[in-house]
Amino acid sequence: MGSLFTPLSWSDSGLILTGVWNTIIISVLAIVVGTALGLIVGFIRSESNKVVNVLFGSLLDVLRSVPLIIQLILFSTLMGAMGSPLAPFVAGSIVLSLYTMAFMSEVFRGGFESVSPSMQTAARSLGMSNWQTIYHIRLPISLRAVFPSWLGVSLSVIKDSALVSVIGYMELLRTSEQLISRTQQPLEILIGVGIFYFIISYPLSYYGRYVERKMAI
Amino acid sequence: MISVQNVHKSFGDLEVLKGVSLDVNKGEVLSVIGGSGSGKSTLLYCINAIESINKGTILVDDVNVHAKVTNKDKLRQKLGMVFQQWNSFPHMTVLENAALAPRIVKKMSKEEAIEIARKELEHVGLGDKLDVYPTKMSGGQQQRLAIARALAMKPDYMLLDEVTSALDPELVGEVLDTLRLLAEEGMTMICVTHEMGFARDVSDRVAYFHQGVIAEIGEARQVITDPQNPLTQKFLSKVR
Repeated sequence: MGSLFTPLSWSDSGLILTGVWNTIIISVLAIVVGTALGLIVGFIRSESNKVVNVLFGSLLDVLRSVPLIIQLILFSTLMGAMGSPLAPFVAGSIVLSLYTMAFMSEVFRGGFESVSPSMQTAARSLGMSNWQTIYHIRLPISLRAVFPSWLGVSLSVIKDSALVSVIGYMELLRTSEQLISRTQQPLEILIGVGIFYFIISYPLSYYGRYVERKMAI
Repeated sequence: MISVQNVHKSFGDLEVLKGVSLDVNKGEVLSVIGGSGSGKSTLLYCINAIESINKGTILVDDVNVHAKVTNKDKLRQKLGMVFQQWNSFPHMTVLENAALAPRIVKKMSKEEAIEIARKELEHVGLGDKLDVYPTKMSGGQQQRLAIARALAMKPDYMLLDEVTSALDPELVGEVLDTLRLLAEEGMTMICVTHEMGFARDVSDRVAYFHQGVIAEIGEARQVITDPQNPLTQKFLSKVR
């Protein structure tokens, strides 16, 4: 009589690669959208309008304080309950992007605030407009200052993307869970998954170190 | 010509300038001396429209600086300004620091801007530092870079706000020498300074500010060596 379980085989590699790919897709999307939104929100926050700051501040606090896994389940369930269920990828991308934005905005706000007002005055005294000062002075100086923190947030987004599995997105972790339940080979599979997360993250951190070296002045 | 007419300026309840009037003609060097809080730096900020004024008028070549219709970015191209803190742009080389404003504000071609920047940097003695990042340089060198950066905009006037105050004593000389050179070349300058020797030797006139008013203004050597106002006498006796 054959076993209930079928061992891991080469034919599973397609499934695993799909999981890898889906992890990469949702991470990159969240990092790109989160960075773009975080840059805008961080800039607005650094301009220190009190009303805006309180509004944004509390929203960001919520996004950063509630565990991602709860945000994912709540958002996905709520959308379903309201009659417009979202595909796991869509719901996961929205929540992960906003979550990333919450951290990125604080990173960028710190960066913008690290450029002294007197530096801006010096730029304006040369006849630069406000926008020219932002684009040529404040932005490049603050981006350099926050790059290591940006990299740290990005790396954790890749790892946090594993949580999107709870709402059914077939990323690397969920793929591996399915394989484990079929093969009952958790050790081999989880080691393999760990290696894949490393392979996805390492180029980013390697590239990050390269960029930091290049920017070091 | 810069014409300051009865200018009042307050920060909250604190009135920093209480009716200041003075004229600076083309080619003239005016040094402004006085204790801290006397309003001398504020006056420069008002001339450059970095600060607004509450009352009075400031004219630069007959343009009303604080009029709503005045394009302040355009006006500032005429008024080179150097501050106590040199504020080099740390993400650019020395050459790029000086070439940036000509390129993006005056819309010069990159080659033109670099040519002008190089000339002005050689002018202040930084010709061998073009590709260095400013954070690798001394305060004196960075302050000379700030001067060159302002000069690259070909300003008609230079406003200098205590440009040697933040420098180590041994670096003051090189910056003052650069200013001396500019004065000899006929640059119109208003120098807020604590360097009495510089004020006496390089400027044409000296104004002594006391609590927001000009207590004394006159020919440089006379004000420094033979002040008429008792307040000026007291101030100078303390700083010497």
